[in-house]
Amino acid sequence: MVGALLCLLVLGAALLSLVWTPWSAYEIDVAAKLRPPSAAHWLGTDVLGRDIVSLLLVGARATILVGIIAVGIGLTCGVCLGLIAAAQRGWTEELIMRFSDFTFAFPAVLSAIMLAAVIGPGMVTSITAIGIFQIPVLVRVTRGSAGAIWAREFILAARAAGKGRVRITIEHVLPNILSILIVQATIQFALAILAEAALSYLGLGTQPPQPSWGRMLNDAQTLLFQSPSLAVYPGAAIALAVLGLNLLGDGLRDLLDPRLARQR
Amino acid sequence: MHRGLKLWNVRPPKFGAPARMSVFLLRRCLTLLATLVGASLIIFLVLDALPGNAAQMLMGADASPDAVRALTVKLGLDQPLALRYLHWLRGLVVGDLGNSYAYGTPVAELIRERLAMTIPLAILAMLLTTVLALAAGIYTAAHHNRLGDVGVMSLTQIGIALPNFWFAILLILLFAVKLQWLSAGGFPGWEDGIWPGLRSLLLPAVALAVVQAAILARVTRSAVLDVLREDFVRTARAKGLTKREVLWQHVLRNAMIPVLTVMGLQFANLLAGTIVIENVFYLPGLGRLIFQSIANRDLIVVRNCVMLLAGMVIIVNFVVDVLYAVIDPRIKVHEL
Repeated sequence: MVGALLCLLVLGAALLSLVWTPWSAYEIDVAAKLRPPSAAHWLGTDVLGRDIVSLLLVGARATILVGIIAVGIGLTCGVCLGLIAAAQRGWTEELIMRFSDFTFAFPAVLSAIMLAAVIGPGMVTSITAIGIFQIPVLVRVTRGSAGAIWAREFILAARAAGKGRVRITIEHVLPNILSILIVQATIQFALAILAEAALSYLGLGTQPPQPSWGRMLNDAQTLLFQSPSLAVYPGAAIALAVLGLNLLGDGLRDLLDPRLARQR
Repeated sequence: MHRGLKLWNVRPPKFGAPARMSVFLLRRCLTLLATLVGASLIIFLVLDALPGNAAQMLMGADASPDAVRALTVKLGLDQPLALRYLHWLRGLVVGDLGNSYAYGTPVAELIRERLAMTIPLAILAMLLTTVLALAAGIYTAAHHNRLGDVGVMSLTQIGIALPNFWFAILLILLFAVKLQWLSAGGFPGWEDGIWPGLRSLLLPAVALAVVQAAILARVTRSAVLDVLREDFVRTARAKGLTKREVLWQHVLRNAMIPVLTVMGLQFANLLAGTIVIENVFYLPGLGRLIFQSIANRDLIVVRNCVMLLAGMVIIVNFVVDVLYAVIDPRIKVHEL
């Protein structure tokens, strides 16, 4: 419940930034730099005179965009591979599982470093790196839960009725593991937000002048002694978004878990 | 998760077990080798797919074509791709990684210098993580559903949501800016003795550990709770052991397997986190070296550093896999 509220808050901030921000998040006004919070600038201004509230609102947009695309890539590849592994068994499964173990050796930061060395830093780099980093977990979760479904009697019945592996996967396996996947996707989204923040903090992700929470923290760190509060807001925004998604994931699990549902 | 009796000292008869174990080890070693080679291939291909010539990039756009050609030959970049890959692979095995494009010094030496800081940081962080997580996990499991449990678990929920680099910045704000107990960054090296070095690694290690420990504490708690529900715990209590004795003598050993798994998985995060945290505290470690090398277009250093990090993750996961089989012979070897 709290989780859903926090998520709506962040999503609302991102949507709001599309139509309205108190000030422009791109206009530089050096005369108004490092203002303390006031009626005009609720949380003050940064070193370039940009309004912190506006930056936070627009930053939410970058976070959500990168998160959605990266999790989308991870879900598409991970779920497909996991379903194939569960349906095919044998050496196909072995190959897919080894591949996912292998991908696991490349955390988002590491792939982003390689990509940044080749194609340069930017949103594409961070999205690709985070997407790749999502795949192994989703493969494992999908294979595990789909494997359990394949062992059930109704699958045997479906096979006896003459349905092929593809049809069984789409008609019986996927709908049965959907709730698990939704919960996992929520958690993956939280991880993607953390990774995006770290990458843009390191300068590998979203590039200026596009505001992002990680970037704001990097800027704030150089001014830690003059205006420490600048380093607090963006981090708090990241933490709230991640906390919200994690709580939402827990809540969804309680809601969707078939075992708990049966007890009720 | 119910696997029946879990008494540590009771082991099933081991008919043919040694043979199966060695087959398992052999298979695992082969997979390890294949994975390492695969990783090196990917890293080499990705970093060599760089648009443009590395020599041109090092010398700048206005360098004369002759000079660029000379440097290309000097760096061995004129040789075919496959030959360069094999050359690098051989270098990895014998420890000769070539010279840095930017500094001209051997890459192996550069990396060794930086590891003198990164490895102690990683170990310190891992130690702190383990101590914090086990303490919190065991405490909350022992006080299940009481105030302490709920409080610590809420804290871990927040801990998981914290980006570690932001937590690091908050630590700097508190201990370096406000209280001025510790410096905000930098590393004095190990020459002046161990204490000044450790002192400067303290905040980075805490920043890395707290977030990881939050995750591990939750795993520990649920693992301990799972074991506490087992029949043998009731038996042990019935034969007169106190709650504390049961916890320490029977429960912990049996709860360690999931904890160990997650610790292995966390190692990759720890290394990635180290790269980020080194940048927060301006520590001259492997992470800083990588970023300097990207800025310098020193691809040979980037390639070797990435290989080193990926290799470490692969090897740690291999060790965890093998440890399972050693710790708990009842885990069927073919299931791994």
